[in-house]
Amino acid sequence: MSIAEQDPNAAKVARETAGTETPRRWLGKSLNRVEDPRFLRGQGRYLDDIKLPGMLHAAVLGSPHAHAKIISIDTSKAEALPGVVRVVTGKDVAEHAAPLPSFGAGPIVQDMIAIEKVRHYGETVAAVIAENRYIAEDACDLIEVVYEQLPVVLDPVAAREEGSALVHEALETNTAYERTFSFGEVDRAFEDADRSVTANLYWPRSTGMPMDTNGAIGDYDRGTGVVTIHANSMNFTYFLWLIAGSLKIPAGKLRLVPVVAGGSFGSKFFMHKVPTFAGFLSMLVGKPVKYVEDRRTHITNNDHHGSDRRYDASLAFDDDGEFKALRISCIDDYGAYLQFGTGTHGNALSQIVGPYRIQHVEYSLAAVLTNKNQQGAYRGFGAEVSNWILERLVDLAARDLDLDRVEIRRRNLIPAGSFPYRTPTGNIYDSGNYQGVLAKVLEDVDYDHWVEYRAKARAEGRHVGIGVVASQERSVFSSTEFWFWFDDPQFTPTSSPESASVRIGPTGEIVVTLHSQSMWGNSPETVVSQVLAEEFDVDPASVVVNYADSQNALPGTGPGGSRYTVMVAGAVAGASSELKDKIRRIASDKLEVAEADLEFRDGGVGVVGVPDRHLMLADIAMTAYMFRLDLPPDMPSGLAAHCTYDHPLTTLPNADRSDLGIFYPFVGHAWHIAVIEVDIETGKLEFLRYAAVHDAGTIVNPRTLDGQVIGGTVQGLGTALYEEILYDDLGRVRNESFEHYHLPSSMDAPSITVGHQETPSPYTAYGIKGAGEGGRMLAPAIMSAAIEDALSPYGVTVTSLPISAEQIVEWATGPRSD
Amino acid sequence: MSDKRVVRVEVNGAWHDGLVEPRRTLSDFLRDDLDLTGTHVACENGFCGNCNVLLDGETVRSCLMFAVQADGRSLTTVEGLAEPDGTLGRLQQAFHDNHGLQCGFCTPAMLLTAHEYLEAYPDGGTDEQIREAISGVICRCTGYQHIVESIRAAAGGAA
Repeated sequence: MSIAEQDPNAAKVARETAGTETPRRWLGKSLNRVEDPRFLRGQGRYLDDIKLPGMLHAAVLGSPHAHAKIISIDTSKAEALPGVVRVVTGKDVAEHAAPLPSFGAGPIVQDMIAIEKVRHYGETVAAVIAENRYIAEDACDLIEVVYEQLPVVLDPVAAREEGSALVHEALETNTAYERTFSFGEVDRAFEDADRSVTANLYWPRSTGMPMDTNGAIGDYDRGTGVVTIHANSMNFTYFLWLIAGSLKIPAGKLRLVPVVAGGSFGSKFFMHKVPTFAGFLSMLVGKPVKYVEDRRTHITNNDHHGSDRRYDASLAFDDDGEFKALRISCIDDYGAYLQFGTGTHGNALSQIVGPYRIQHVEYSLAAVLTNKNQQGAYRGFGAEVSNWILERLVDLAARDLDLDRVEIRRRNLIPAGSFPYRTPTGNIYDSGNYQGVLAKVLEDVDYDHWVEYRAKARAEGRHVGIGVVASQERSVFSSTEFWFWFDDPQFTPTSSPESASVRIGPTGEIVVTLHSQSMWGNSPETVVSQVLAEEFDVDPASVVVNYADSQNALPGTGPGGSRYTVMVAGAVAGASSELKDKIRRIASDKLEVAEADLEFRDGGVGVVGVPDRHLMLADIAMTAYMFRLDLPPDMPSGLAAHCTYDHPLTTLPNADRSDLGIFYPFVGHAWHIAVIEVDIETGKLEFLRYAAVHDAGTIVNPRTLDGQVIGGTVQGLGTALYEEILYDDLGRVRNESFEHYHLPSSMDAPSITVGHQETPSPYTAYGIKGAGEGGRMLAPAIMSAAIEDALSPYGVTVTSLPISAEQIVEWATGPRSD
Repeated sequence: MSDKRVVRVEVNGAWHDGLVEPRRTLSDFLRDDLDLTGTHVACENGFCGNCNVLLDGETVRSCLMFAVQADGRSLTTVEGLAEPDGTLGRLQQAFHDNHGLQCGFCTPAMLLTAHEYLEAYPDGGTDEQIREAISGVICRCTGYQHIVESIRAAAGGAA
């Protein structure tokens, strides 16, 4: 593949930051995070910690029904409660605001407060603005709403049938979107293959469930007309103008201030319901208004429930185990709105064949609307689901052939010499050495020992199982995945840049401004500090990082799809390169040596091979800011640079979508091996061993990468074993608190050994690939495989998640009689 | 609303007076009345433990207690763990050195819960004991492993 397709600026950054003969000075070290101290002291300044003068507080009334007409709302008792400032209903929204942004197709309108009817349990029906949250909640209880209940649409299969009640009448169907993509000759490949396996698989609805819920403070300035919104949303520079549209104000009058978020995992990815709502409330009363979701609202009425999918999937293969073709059909229960579109399936298509040489792929999607909370992003963004599907099929194929599960995978791995590798959908895998990762994980875990251990345990009647699974970890999305679904998309963005501003002040201190987020559990400040340390050889702890608000922000996209580390490193490297050119010129002048003889070392610039000929950055910066006449004649004052770093390698889909183009090309690779023992009387699992090896290209900070892998894995264990948002027959959420929605605790989580291989990307700064989601891409597949293996005497096939303890007991001992 | 009550509590060594409604939670009192926002509320139902503080040395869910119930008692919050000059305390430093936090939201409760545990098990005990001790505090980021390592390191480090 020609590197000429690469973005020229990104190509320059890649060239300048490619591996050198000498080891890197700061990248690749497990430095302590520079973000940590303020959080360790309890000074994190999360959204709910912020107080503005005169600030009011809002609470919302959620619908008790899943589908109902709003006949009338009586707010008089609520308004009469002392301390209540205003009660807000859909009528106010209809009068003063426009619908919320939507990335979906068709007439699927969503308002920040329901206007004529409610479409899911918990949907906002009214809000109260009051002096404090206690009064606001009291007043919500005094609002009297008369509903007329409508037939509830809950089963996405039945929802597609003629005569079903409609979630959105204007759409005239509950199937919001339906399409089949075909790559290669799938039918012929299935006919020609010796064998195939088919499975009906169910992936349950869960959600990222950060400890810090979504929140915002709207602060409308009547004097200037500017609406300032402090929010723990991310990606605000990407689609900010859409929020302004909902508020019916010019985009320039909207100022979004990014606030530290206590976790996202997808749930704050362009999270706009709450910020729009807080801005709207503030505009109504002309004072700052804080709104923070409580846990119940977060579970029943958030921006992003995760995927909720029913699959019919088949894999064709030959007797020797060689995979031939893949056919996947999915009905995805999107809930009541299609706010974030079908991008999570676009995502799946970036690595649909996994690390395997499968040439022919068919992928059908029906996106169905039901009376549930809307679906959106959750760590993995759909690729974690498709990986579970693929690895399930591979395990079934191994069983069909009576072939070892490692061996069948090994035979199909894309060989190390074939990168960049073009997958059937058109996306490429940039680089890799999958055989190397496999060899390392087998060695790390001493696989043969555990195979022997399992045999002995089984002979003793114990239920020991081994799971072995692989995954790709695509990183750095381009925007095409959101619209290549449509032949005639309404809006076809191709930009997904990230920006950084680097300023070396007069005293030599480096201040960086980031442009699309605040810190939310990732390590943006550590990443940029390590990159700047690498470039300038300064102490990373001395770098100051701040975050621009939207009125000062350069183009950015923000975190999501494991893109941020790659993109922000590119932006910082690009800005550094410009600054270094200027510094070299000044230093060359001052030291009277050629620029080529200079190197950045010890917090400044020195002459190569001459230890005492050296200038500190402060010496150069003071000259740059204060002594114009000492600068080269054509050089302006100052020492600051901005870089907007575009997606390094992306291409357009073709017209008939038989080639989706390159849209997710920096692709890591991982293997996990788990050994578990199952107690068939209680269903309890014990982890005997859990090992992971990941290849995420060049590593910025091994320990924080370990943290991402381990945290993602445990989150994936939650998906595999515990988590599901349960709707009853009337569409009410049954587990709307942590009492009944179990998140993995420290007692549920295994101790995980994490290993790394580094195969740099040829296209990115330093060769970094993204790696925030890998753990969750593998854990559901590995738990399915390990439990299935442990219960092999009972002929168990895992086809749905979560796998509860009750299910395990039932598999082993039959249905409970009590 | 009902009559307000005077509440007097010692927080991190200093006494504070407040005039609160009887229904005011301890977490709201700490966060909003005393501006000690290091105590975080994540579920308001007592299940996640993110609001844990020390009441006379023992962890309590500050979202489940009323401020008036703490009258006359002594509280420690995360703000009380560092040295007066801001130097990180032993546990805080161990969390820093071992990547025991990611988003930092559960961190104050984890630190205080670990503090209580290390008072009882100064040698750190076993990993299993550490895991059990912190099992009432939910962390969504870390998968707990680096938290366990942090607590073990704090036990092994100089006091």
